[in-house]
Amino acid sequence: MEPLEEKYIDPQPWLDKNEKPFLEIRSVTKKFGDFTAVDKVNLEIYKGELFCLLGGSGCGKSTLLRILAGFETATEGSFFIDGVDMTQIPPYERPVNMMFQSYAIFPHMSVEKNIAYGLKRDGLSKPEVKTRVEEGLKLVQLSQFAKRKPHQLSGGQQQRVALARALVKHPKVLLLDEPLAALDKKLREKTQFELMDIQYKLGITFIVVTHDQEEAMTLSTRIAVMNQGKIKQIGTPTDIYEYPQSRFTANFIGSINIFEGIVKESLSESHVVQSEETQCDLLIDRDSSIHTGEKIGVAIRPEKIHLSREEPDKQDFNTLRGKVLDFGYIGNLSVYNVKLPSGKMVKVSSPNQNRYSKHRVTWDDIVYLTWEPANTVVIL
Amino acid sequence: MNSKRNYYILTGMGFGFAFLYIPILLLMVFSFNEAKVTTRWSSFSLKWYQALLENDAIINAALISLKIAVISATIATIVGVLAGIALVRFKKFKGKTLFSGLMVAPMVMPEVITGLSLLFLFVAMEELIGWPDGRGMTTITIAHITFCITFVAVIIQSRLQGMDESLEEAAMDLGGRPIRILFDITLPLITPAMISGWLLSFTLSLDDVILASFVSGPSSTTLPLVIFSKIKLGISPDINALATLIIGIVAIGIVIAAWLMNKKEKAYQRDIQMAVAQNE
Ligand SMILES: Nc1ncnc2c1ncn2[C@@H]1O[C@H](COP(=O)(O)OP(=O)(O)O)[C@@H](O)[C@H]1O
Ligand SMILES: [Mg+2]
Repeated sequence: MEPLEEKYIDPQPWLDKNEKPFLEIRSVTKKFGDFTAVDKVNLEIYKGELFCLLGGSGCGKSTLLRILAGFETATEGSFFIDGVDMTQIPPYERPVNMMFQSYAIFPHMSVEKNIAYGLKRDGLSKPEVKTRVEEGLKLVQLSQFAKRKPHQLSGGQQQRVALARALVKHPKVLLLDEPLAALDKKLREKTQFELMDIQYKLGITFIVVTHDQEEAMTLSTRIAVMNQGKIKQIGTPTDIYEYPQSRFTANFIGSINIFEGIVKESLSESHVVQSEETQCDLLIDRDSSIHTGEKIGVAIRPEKIHLSREEPDKQDFNTLRGKVLDFGYIGNLSVYNVKLPSGKMVKVSSPNQNRYSKHRVTWDDIVYLTWEPANTVVIL
Repeated sequence: MNSKRNYYILTGMGFGFAFLYIPILLLMVFSFNEAKVTTRWSSFSLKWYQALLENDAIINAALISLKIAVISATIATIVGVLAGIALVRFKKFKGKTLFSGLMVAPMVMPEVITGLSLLFLFVAMEELIGWPDGRGMTTITIAHITFCITFVAVIIQSRLQGMDESLEEAAMDLGGRPIRILFDITLPLITPAMISGWLLSFTLSLDDVILASFVSGPSSTTLPLVIFSKIKLGISPDINALATLIIGIVAIGIVIAAWLMNKKEKAYQRDIQMAVAQNE
């Protein structure tokens, strides 16, 4: 077989035992008085990653970023960049740069001067500053706006100035606090891909804070899901979505149906789970960590459930019967709320493959929900 | 209903403005009065302006007042800006609240008390170290600086509290050391507040009577003190002429400032509209 071109190899340094993390956060805690904003966070981020910190508002994402930039001092713990302990180094000497949520563009300086500011502070020579500023402007496609003042720019252009200003310093790590939050939806989607492109071109390690799960899924090599100052799970977008390890992660990323039950029996290929909510047994794939008698949650994503009005005859699939209470047409797909006899609501989404379907499922229809045991997620 | 309300509002406004400006207008009109009697009009004349220019006491006092106002406004602005920045931007330190309180206290303290205490201080210091040597311009200037610092610090504080702190953090993140950031970012951004502070101090100093009457000496006396002592001997029309001149200068200043600000604001709005339009 031909070897794949390098471009197509998805590097996964976190799986390589010989790789050393580029940025290492060890048990960092930040307290404001009695309130713990960041709680014993451990992270290992590798060179060239586009790492996302994902969590709801107030969960401590910005605080963690500010600790890395040096604006807050960790109450406990330490962190290392490229093997060097950063704890005692003041913000103006750290090899990291930050892009602020408010962009923090200096309003009294032109675009050019904003971008040059950091380079001048590094003591670069005038011609060198000039070349680097031009490079930066070109990178974010703002060359013709060099002389403008910040208030003469649109929101998207201001965002680029902030990005260029941080990037021209060639930091070892770039911290981005909600970089796209202030842009409208269309522009945000476009900018996402530009950001990924720039990151790929420069190979700088990015740490992006966001509360938008779609953004995190699109952008990142890996995601750390945060809640109340704690890291709940770290993994690739696929890991996080397909194998959530906790109820919080499962519910936070996308939507999911969880059936509570008890493991009744363990067979050679699968376990049988008894659940009051489904009033029938559910099958899950065999897993050595699951024991008979254990209480577990059987979780299934809405799009992994097949919905039909005819009773299917698939023996080794899970099948539930219910009534359509409600449905919503979203265009590319329809979302159904199905009520089981036990009263439990199940969410199902299915693509609208045909424009007009004669046998379209509608209100009060009795439907059968089926899914493959392999698609279930077990939540302990 | 609506027009009736408008009528009330207009009447109220008319009375308000009449109260404010009729006395001033009268004063200005009578400065051009030929007669010595200030309450009866005889004929138009500029003779009181002539008299004013020849009155060395008033001219000297005006010059001293201006000098004191410029010096004390400048020093008060420098010290007040530093105090304001320290009180807002420094991390919480022990007794910060106490310092903030002490900073604004002189604002509400009766000026008579401030004046008296400063007089005690100057007298005691003269006995102990021989400075200040008597009372005059130096003591008035010091008194005005003390008084004005408070106002400047309060103006600067409120400006800084409204300012996005991330601008200074961004400068630090880009490699700026604290002192550089003060000159590169903080001071340029609070320039308007600094100008307001300076102008307010200048005005406060220029028309202060109470503090000056405690700490001035026979050698030098300020314009408000001269006017005050002259009034005691009866109103003379050259004071009217002086007042008219001052009002004229102030009015011209205000008109120019308003015109400049209006022009700047219009350009700013146009820029923003253009940026928004481009985005689409
Ligand atoms: N300087 C501060 N003093 C006190 N509380 C703070 C401070 N900064 C942040 N917090 C609190 O810490 C929590 C986390 O804040 P933050 O990291 O900004 O959250 P987010 O995840 O939305 O970025 C919030 O509850 C916030 O109120
Ligand atoms: Mg935040």
